[in-house]
Amino acid sequence: MGKMNVPDGLLYTKEHEWIRIDNHLGTIGITDYAQDALGDVTFVELPKVGDSIRQFEAFSSVESVKAVSDVYAPMSGKIIKVNDGLMESPELINQSPYDKGWIVVIEIFDENEKKNLMTASEYRKYLEGIIE
Amino acid sequence: MKITPLYEEHKKLKAKIDNFAGWSMPIQYSSIISEHNWTRNACSLFDTCHMGEFIVYGDSKESNLDKVLTANLEDMNVGSSRYCFMLNEDGGIIDDLVVYRLAQDKWMLVVNAGTIEKDERHLKENIYTNLENISADIAKLDLQGPSSRDVLRKFIGEGIDKLRYYHFDHFFILGKKILISRTGYTGELGYELYIDSKGAQWLWNLILNDKRVRPAGLGARDTLRLEMGYPLYGQDINEETSPIEAGLERFVEFKKEFIGRKALLKQREGGIKKRLVCLITNSRRAPRKNYKIYAEEDEIGFVTSGTFSPSLSCGIGMGYIRPDYCKIGSKITIKEGKVKIDATITNRPLYKKGSLRN
Repeated sequence: MGKMNVPDGLLYTKEHEWIRIDNHLGTIGITDYAQDALGDVTFVELPKVGDSIRQFEAFSSVESVKAVSDVYAPMSGKIIKVNDGLMESPELINQSPYDKGWIVVIEIFDENEKKNLMTASEYRKYLEGIIE
Repeated sequence: MKITPLYEEHKKLKAKIDNFAGWSMPIQYSSIISEHNWTRNACSLFDTCHMGEFIVYGDSKESNLDKVLTANLEDMNVGSSRYCFMLNEDGGIIDDLVVYRLAQDKWMLVVNAGTIEKDERHLKENIYTNLENISADIAKLDLQGPSSRDVLRKFIGEGIDKLRYYHFDHFFILGKKILISRTGYTGELGYELYIDSKGAQWLWNLILNDKRVRPAGLGARDTLRLEMGYPLYGQDINEETSPIEAGLERFVEFKKEFIGRKALLKQREGGIKKRLVCLITNSRRAPRKNYKIYAEEDEIGFVTSGTFSPSLSCGIGMGYIRPDYCKIGSKITIKEGKVKIDATITNRPLYKKGSLRN
C-alpha cells in the first residue's frame, strides 16, 4: 500500500473525513485513504444549501463501482456551498480529495467540537493502526 | 483462503486483493473503470484459475452426462463447446457451466469457483463412468478485448484466425501445449487459455509483455458481464431459480430427458412467479443487490446485481420481478431507504457495441 497523503492543518475523523477551518467556515471532504479504499467514485449524493448537519451524522453518500458509503459530518453547521462539479465529475474526489474534490462548505455552529477530531499526526497514527 | 498460481504476480502488481468464493483474488490493479475500458478498447488479461474443471469419460449416454446437463450433447462436434446448466429435480440451477467436447468420449466441464465441491458431489452421484476433478492441475487465463486475436496471432500464428466462437483447439506457445477456447464473459472478442498450473506464471508474464495487454481484476469482470446481461451464479441464479425464470431457456434442450425436465415443463405450463430482467437507470446512481423494485406504488421485485456502467455512464443491474410486469421499455422505480432511482426494463445486451463476433 502506497503512502497515504495526510496534509497538516486539517482536522480528521475516524470515518476518514477532513475539515479545513477558516474563521467560522469549514470545508469538508473525504481523505486520500477513503478515496483509495472506495475506488473509482461514480456518484455523490449532495445535500442542499441551507441544510443543517450535525457532527458525526451522515449528510452525504459517495458511491463507487462496488459500494455505497456514507459521509459523516466532522462538525455541525449550516451548508452554505455545495460542490456541484461533483455531479458531472465525481472522479474529482479520487484525483484531488483535499482540493478540487471538496464536498461542502459549512458555517460552523460550535468551534469547540474541534476537540472531538484528530490532528494530522493523530490521524496518521490512526491509519498506521488500520493499514497492514 | 485459497490462492491461485498467480497470487505473487498480483502482489507484485500491487493489486487490491479480496475474498471471492473462498479465494484471495485481485479485484483491481489500477482502477475498475480503466480496466473495464481497456478491455473494451484494447485487451485485458484476467486470472480465472479459481474456476473448476472436470473431465468426464465416455459418450454422452453411457456416462449419463446427457441427463446431467441441459445442453444437447449428441450433436456437438469435437472442438466445440456449449453453455448450459446442471439442474436439481426441482429445476433449480445447481451451476451454470461450459461443456467442451474434447473427443468423441471425453468431455471437459468448466464450472464456477464457488460451486466446485457441490458440483463434484452431484456429478459423482449421477455420472456412471470415470470422472476427474482436475481443477487444481489446470490454470485458466481469460484474454478479452478487440485486440486479443492480434495478440495471440503473434504467439501462435494464423491458426487463431480460424477459431470460431464457442470452439476450441490445442495450440503450442514456445513448445508448451495450451487449449485455447473462443469464449468469455465480457462481450468482447476473447479467448480462454487453459494450461497446466505449473505453466500459469510463465504464460501470464509472457502475455503481459505485450504492451497491448493489461491485467484486469474481478471488479472489471463484473462491470463487463453486467453490461452484457450475463448472470452471475450465486447472485442472479442459484438453486432457487430455474433457467425459465432466468430467461435462459434457449440453453435447455427440452427434446431429451434431463434431471429437472419435469419441473421445468410444469413451470412452462403453470407459469412462473418471477422473471429475471435487465435494468438501466437514468442516473449515475447504481441499483444494488436487494434494493426493491416498484411499478408505481406496487412492490414487484428485487435487485440481484447492480453497478455503475463505465461504458454507458449510468447505473445498470438485474433483478427478479413479477412476470406480468416484464415488458421491455416499462418504467420502474428502485428504492432502498432514502434512495430512489428511476429505471427502465431493457433487454440484453445493455452494451451493444461489443466485438464478440468479430
